Amino acid sequence: MDTITADTKHHISSKTDQYQHHDYYQIDELLSEDHLLARDAVRDWVKKEISPIIESYSEKAECPQHLYKGLAEIGAFGPSLPIEYGGGGMDEIAYGIIMQELERGDSGIRSMASVQGSLVMYPIYRFGSEEQKQKYLPKLGSGEYIGCFGLTEPDHGSNPSGMTTSFVEDGDDIILNGAKMWITNSPVADIAVVWAKGPDGAIKGIIVEKGMEGFSAPEIHGKWSLRASITGELVFEDVRVPKSNILPNVSGLKGPLSCLSKARYGIAWGAIGAALDCYDSALRYTKEREQFGKALAGFQLTQKKLAEMITEITKAQLMVWRLGTLANKGKATPAQISMAKRNSCHMALNVAREARQMHGGMGITNEYPIMRHMMNLETVLTYEGTHDIHLLITGMDVTGINAFK
Amino acid sequence: MNLLVCISKTPETTAKIGFTDGDSKFNEEGVQFIMNPYDEWYALVRAIELKESVGGKVVAINVGPASNDVVIRKALAIGADEAVRINAQPQSAMTTAKYIADYAKEGNFDIVFLGKETIDYNGSEVGSMLAEYLDLPFFSYASKLEMDGSKAIITRDVEGGQETAEYTGSFVLSAAKGLAEQRIPNMRGIMMAKRKPLNVIEPTITEDLSVVVKYELPEAKSGVKMLDADDMDELVRLLHEEAKVI
Ligand SMILES: Cc1cc2nc3c(=O)[nH]c(=O)nc-3n(C[C@H](O)[C@H](O)[C@H](O)COP(=O)(O)OP(=O)(O)OC[C@H]3O[C@@H](n4cnc5c(N)ncnc54)[C@H](O)[C@@H]3O)c2cc1C
Repeated sequence: MDTITADTKHHISSKTDQYQHHDYYQIDELLSEDHLLARDAVRDWVKKEISPIIESYSEKAECPQHLYKGLAEIGAFGPSLPIEYGGGGMDEIAYGIIMQELERGDSGIRSMASVQGSLVMYPIYRFGSEEQKQKYLPKLGSGEYIGCFGLTEPDHGSNPSGMTTSFVEDGDDIILNGAKMWITNSPVADIAVVWAKGPDGAIKGIIVEKGMEGFSAPEIHGKWSLRASITGELVFEDVRVPKSNILPNVSGLKGPLSCLSKARYGIAWGAIGAALDCYDSALRYTKEREQFGKALAGFQLTQKKLAEMITEITKAQLMVWRLGTLANKGKATPAQISMAKRNSCHMALNVAREARQMHGGMGITNEYPIMRHMMNLETVLTYEGTHDIHLLITGMDVTGINAFK
Repeated sequence: MNLLVCISKTPETTAKIGFTDGDSKFNEEGVQFIMNPYDEWYALVRAIELKESVGGKVVAINVGPASNDVVIRKALAIGADEAVRINAQPQSAMTTAKYIADYAKEGNFDIVFLGKETIDYNGSEVGSMLAEYLDLPFFSYASKLEMDGSKAIITRDVEGGQETAEYTGSFVLSAAKGLAEQRIPNMRGIMMAKRKPLNVIEPTITEDLSVVVKYELPEAKSGVKMLDADDMDELVRLLHEEAKVI
């Protein structure tokens, strides 16, 4: 599975990824053999395929596109979808663990996998016709097709129900108009699952294929975050799409929201991976680096930071483990997922910021992964529902009062 | 081809090493275990490659307790067809070799693979003992194995060069770096491994001829000593008496 090809060679760094396992509460004992094997396999894969090249791709704001195939081969696309539809047939905890290990490498790479599995394969699997499933899922699972998910619009982010992208019917086709913004994978995608309002005002999911006339996906430049993940727009100017490309089995906002639940669940696990990598680096660095005649780790202020980091990481690990157990029983509510997504992202960003300081000047360089994780996490905190939006979801859940508007 | 691969479990390379029972036993508390890399990356993968090119079956075998099953499943996830665990706590190279030999005798294997050594005890003994018990030739430290019909061509790295041997018939081979390249199992392999057989058998009876009396860790390395640049006599004294290099 050697995916490092000639054109990626100039991205290879000489540093080795020294990441070690951190499991303060022996949570491994709560995991099955499959989970442990999946974790080790993805960790090995990240050390081999991501760590050596990620700083360079990130710095140059290039997307390591060869990794789509690699992610498919390792089984990172839709691991909890059934095998016959291109998935891995695993449980929700395995899916979470895979996301965590990928994000330990880089949030952008994890995003590539989250979008493909949870936002493209999942809606086709859940809401698509049998024909659509047969046509797209195996190719998406194997990485032959790249997919993207178009919900956010330039003027409608936190409030997707206000979307203006819409279609009218024309015989066996629909005519689609509008624009989507901030779409992960879009410039390289073969298909887009686009959410748009129909003539009756109901939101429908539509599979738009690359090359359809009037459809373009320009790249968004200038991101200081998720730099190794490609982001773009989706622009529809009278795009004619056959009606058979509409996902038949869903109507309304619950379509995209159920996909988001699936992806947010993965992020709740994933962000902990970035936190673990920052903690791992800070622990090693402060044990080695000496000032005032002793290792930084020997000072109380450093220990306070390390102790708080591992405490917060451990709490988050337990939270997502419980969430995973509920998800396996089909009992994880969207509000519970919101709470964990918000908690993990915020925790990870705080850990990254502390770790940044603990590395001193070195902490701002690409010699260490911290600054990259920290910048990435600003997106992770924002997409799939911002930090504050998830708070409002919890608020509404516990009070029964909608404070969004 | 009918291929048998011996796999063992070793502490992860960064594990903290300590002992119990009056320094006579390795302390496994809190230690992460992995499949011995020489077994996994080279022996197992080369066996799977051969099976993929000429057909046949790869059986992975381990001597150990039930807690080793996760390592055995990994071998199945990478591509072994079935696995056997001999339900015994491995004591010495000799008993391990004997248990495996007693199983292998019945199995009619064309090649029995194992790693050149385990990265914990570095004994490098099981292979030769196994070959002896099975009355088969032993090719140790092999860095290349090719099949030409029924003839095996084996390359071994020897001091300052390479040795190439040819052999037709069954043999035991210990794998060194170069024999194959690490294969990371994918999620599909992990799920398929659950459906592959892992047979647990009880060990045959063997008496150990040796016992481990004591383990010792090397002395902790002391830091660098700084001397006054003018104090040549002290430097010479230290090189003689402490560093003992002159
Ligand atoms: C790198 C990247 C990749 C992305 N990938 C995708 C993708 O693949 N597909 C997709 O559809 N979208 C994607 N997004 C979009 C992302 O989901 C949105 O950016 C996010 O939902 C926020 O929307 P917005 O940017 O319009 O911010 P806004 O909604 O304008 O929010 C701005 C601020 O106002 C706050 N706010 C909004 N409403 C309220 C309220 N009622 N009360 C209090 N505060 C409020 C928010 O919390 C936020 O702090 C991506 C974004 C990024 C940055």
